[in-house]
Amino acid sequence: MRYAMAIDTRKCVGCSDCVVACQTENNVPIGYCRDWVVEATTGTYPELQMELRSERCNHCSDAPCVRCCPTGASHQEEGGTVLVDPQECIGCKACIVSCPYDARYVHPEGYVDKCTFCIHRVRAGESPACVAVCPTHCLYFGDTDDPNSKISRLLARRKWKRLIPEAGTDPNIYYLL
Amino acid sequence: MSKSITRREFIQIAGMGLGGLAIASPVFSWAKNAVLMPDSVPGMYTRRVPTYCEVCFWKCAGWVHLNEAGEIWKITGNELDPHSEGRLCPRGTGGVGMYYDNDRLKTPLIRTEESGTQVFREAGWDEALELIARRMKAIAGKYGPESVALFTHGSGGHYFSHLMKAFGTTSIAAPSYAQCRGPREEAFYHTFGEGIGSPERTDIRDTRCLVLIGSHIGENMHNGQVQEMSAAIDKGATIITVDPRFSTAAGKSTYWLPIKPATDLALLLSWIHVLIYEEWYDRKYVEQYTYGFDELKTHVRPFTPEWAYGITTIKPQIIRETAKEMANASPAVIVHPGRHVTWYGDDTQRLRAVAILNALLGSWGRRGGFYNPEKAHVPKVKIPPYPHPKWTWRDAFPGQYPLAGLTLASAIRDATHPDLKWDHAYKAWIVNGTNLLFTLPEPRKTVEAIQNLEFLVAIDTMPMEITGWADVVLPECTYLERYDSIRASQHREPAIAVRTPAAAPRWETRPGWWIARELGVRLGLKDYFPFATHEEELDWQLKQMGTSLEEMKRVGVKKYPREYDDLYPLEDGPEGYEFNTNTGKIELYSTALEEAGFDPLPVYTPHEEPPEGYYRLIYGRAPMHTFSRTSNNPNLTDLMAENTVWVHPKVAKEWDLRANQKIWLQNQDGVTSSGPIAVRITERIRFDSVFMVHGFGHTDRRLSRAAYRGVNDAELITKVKVDPIMGGTGMRGNFVTFLTEAPVGKGEA
Repeated sequence: MRYAMAIDTRKCVGCSDCVVACQTENNVPIGYCRDWVVEATTGTYPELQMELRSERCNHCSDAPCVRCCPTGASHQEEGGTVLVDPQECIGCKACIVSCPYDARYVHPEGYVDKCTFCIHRVRAGESPACVAVCPTHCLYFGDTDDPNSKISRLLARRKWKRLIPEAGTDPNIYYLL
Repeated sequence: MSKSITRREFIQIAGMGLGGLAIASPVFSWAKNAVLMPDSVPGMYTRRVPTYCEVCFWKCAGWVHLNEAGEIWKITGNELDPHSEGRLCPRGTGGVGMYYDNDRLKTPLIRTEESGTQVFREAGWDEALELIARRMKAIAGKYGPESVALFTHGSGGHYFSHLMKAFGTTSIAAPSYAQCRGPREEAFYHTFGEGIGSPERTDIRDTRCLVLIGSHIGENMHNGQVQEMSAAIDKGATIITVDPRFSTAAGKSTYWLPIKPATDLALLLSWIHVLIYEEWYDRKYVEQYTYGFDELKTHVRPFTPEWAYGITTIKPQIIRETAKEMANASPAVIVHPGRHVTWYGDDTQRLRAVAILNALLGSWGRRGGFYNPEKAHVPKVKIPPYPHPKWTWRDAFPGQYPLAGLTLASAIRDATHPDLKWDHAYKAWIVNGTNLLFTLPEPRKTVEAIQNLEFLVAIDTMPMEITGWADVVLPECTYLERYDSIRASQHREPAIAVRTPAAAPRWETRPGWWIARELGVRLGLKDYFPFATHEEELDWQLKQMGTSLEEMKRVGVKKYPREYDDLYPLEDGPEGYEFNTNTGKIELYSTALEEAGFDPLPVYTPHEEPPEGYYRLIYGRAPMHTFSRTSNNPNLTDLMAENTVWVHPKVAKEWDLRANQKIWLQNQDGVTSSGPIAVRITERIRFDSVFMVHGFGHTDRRLSRAAYRGVNDAELITKVKVDPIMGGTGMRGNFVTFLTEAPVGKGEA
């Protein structure tokens, strides 16, 4: 089982609903976020292209944050979900430095925090809060090891990319083009 | 209020505690209505209560979830709801911030004078309500009840409108008409015999071609439309976006037409020309259902794509190609009527051209075009008839705006202003849920009108600028702390939704329903308020609709079958279909406009262009905010704290502007922005225009997150082109230039 997320950049309008839904679902303090939206515009007027995408922890299969964590606070659970155990975290920030995606922040309570794929919801059979709320239905969550999952079928059918593949961390967030 | 106060000073509402103020316990009880039931996540048993959102007018139904401590935790969509389909937008999700905002109004406030300075003092509800009732009675005795006007937006409108009508005035206005969607309603009404309504009857879900003209779906987060546009993208629909700005929608479009601002009508007439002269229109539909085709054909003969090119800068080939795309998709095509359409003063005529295009494409009443909505009927209790007012705002403007279907907020403002001499006068305003200094253009004129009033009451949740001018301020609780009327808006399927309190009102805030009733009782109008509580009224209504408040608390939303099987009444080209127009046909040639002395067919007239060194001020929406009402919401300011002014790179270079540099804007009339705004240098805006998101630039320091963050576009809109047909205030004819140094009296950058 390999949990992954795909974001359809053709549909994303960059509204940031994913951000606020994550914040309220997970009680992320105001001023911090586990996911965010990027707007990338290229070209010159009027020959322009724009990509909007929702970004978060890539839950890398080969996660540098897990490898560098001195206490084992950063670890992988089912489906390769990368999690941080706040009790074990000593706030050394090695993981923050190692992350190519700048996906982690220090929670005001002193531990490092990041996207959990809403594993508490996933375990209960629900999709992550960002996926469940998205008004454009541009976020897909599922198991890429299952060839019949919706996400596997989308990745088979559509062109996609991953961010910073050269970091070699085998990320599990896909952007449908 | 002291009688000696004749000129109001703007009061920054003081941050007062409740110390020393003895207030009796609430006179209404809060039902323990949070039903214990499984949350969306099995295993996480929390409580949830149904609501519908009040952060914008889309009113999506959802669930307010409480945490283990019984406090408001999060809000999610109700899956039964056709407005939201179970998904709220960022503003709805961030609605919790409205409840938790500690800058909210907390107690009634009364203007008074202390040592020569006007201040607000805290008051109890009894004192505030008694004062309002006494002043309203005195004003009615002297000038008639008609001299009291109500401005309203949102759910409170039901209650305060009812109160005003019972009191004897019908001068009741929502800025959503003359400052927003009025022109499209009249244009469609005088073409098809029906307006568009809200939520819009556009069948975007099933369309094959969506044409957006200045309408930036995705940035205007009208939930159902955004969801349906996304579904249309999935199905491969063609999207054509006409906008001088590379909007989010433009970024999703097959065709982006970067039109020269203020020339849309020329493009529309040219599209009509192409459809007719290339014979790409729906001939059968046009013959069967329309009136005035021959006149239209003659009228548009000169409006070739080559003619339009010189005006719009859109290449003739692209005009033809996009017209062909529309024709190929016909009848599953929508030339979208937009929503905020008060731009240049000829807006009804521009929207008439949009309506005519849709008629030529046969999209009205067809799948993928415009569907025929239905709504559930909510019973009303029998009350005494309303008194008949002796005069209204129309008496101030004899013969003007003959086709205005609703009251014009701007006209009441203008009729209150000392410059307008007429037989009557407005002496008191009640303002609920609309920040008139931001909503109406020419805010200086609004302040002058306010100074000409004897009494101003503001009812709001937040210390918005309008409250600083009021004599009495009443703190309304947020939508998360109250019951409200049954939502029964139009849609494909009729549905109702309820709003119930998820928490008791914080501080001394109260629901609008209660405030209106308490005022009614004190005005001797108790017979108009037969129910002692809103719950009682809701239950009485719901029981006649085959449900109950108890059941609705469990489901939140209830759907009803359609009364008529005519979602797409013209799908199969029925014979003898009659439209609600003078001719019974779709009027390509408008007999009503002709009778009223206006052009029966739309005529293009050039609009003013920016002078040298000035840029057209274009304003719009951001998906995480609703006008100025959300700009202090802690959750939403976290997503977007202030607006920026979008400037094309070449213009930035010419002015030597740096990214994020703070500058002031000055308009063609020499009006300078109250504060500075950060520059966003982007290719996404045309060289002759600048863009900013509406709703920022508050000046009340009590809005701790919003004060002096960004700029309020409304204060730069001092030139207004009024639509002579229906009184809409065209606001896109203002031009700004850049000031890189702080103007005198405007503070530091």
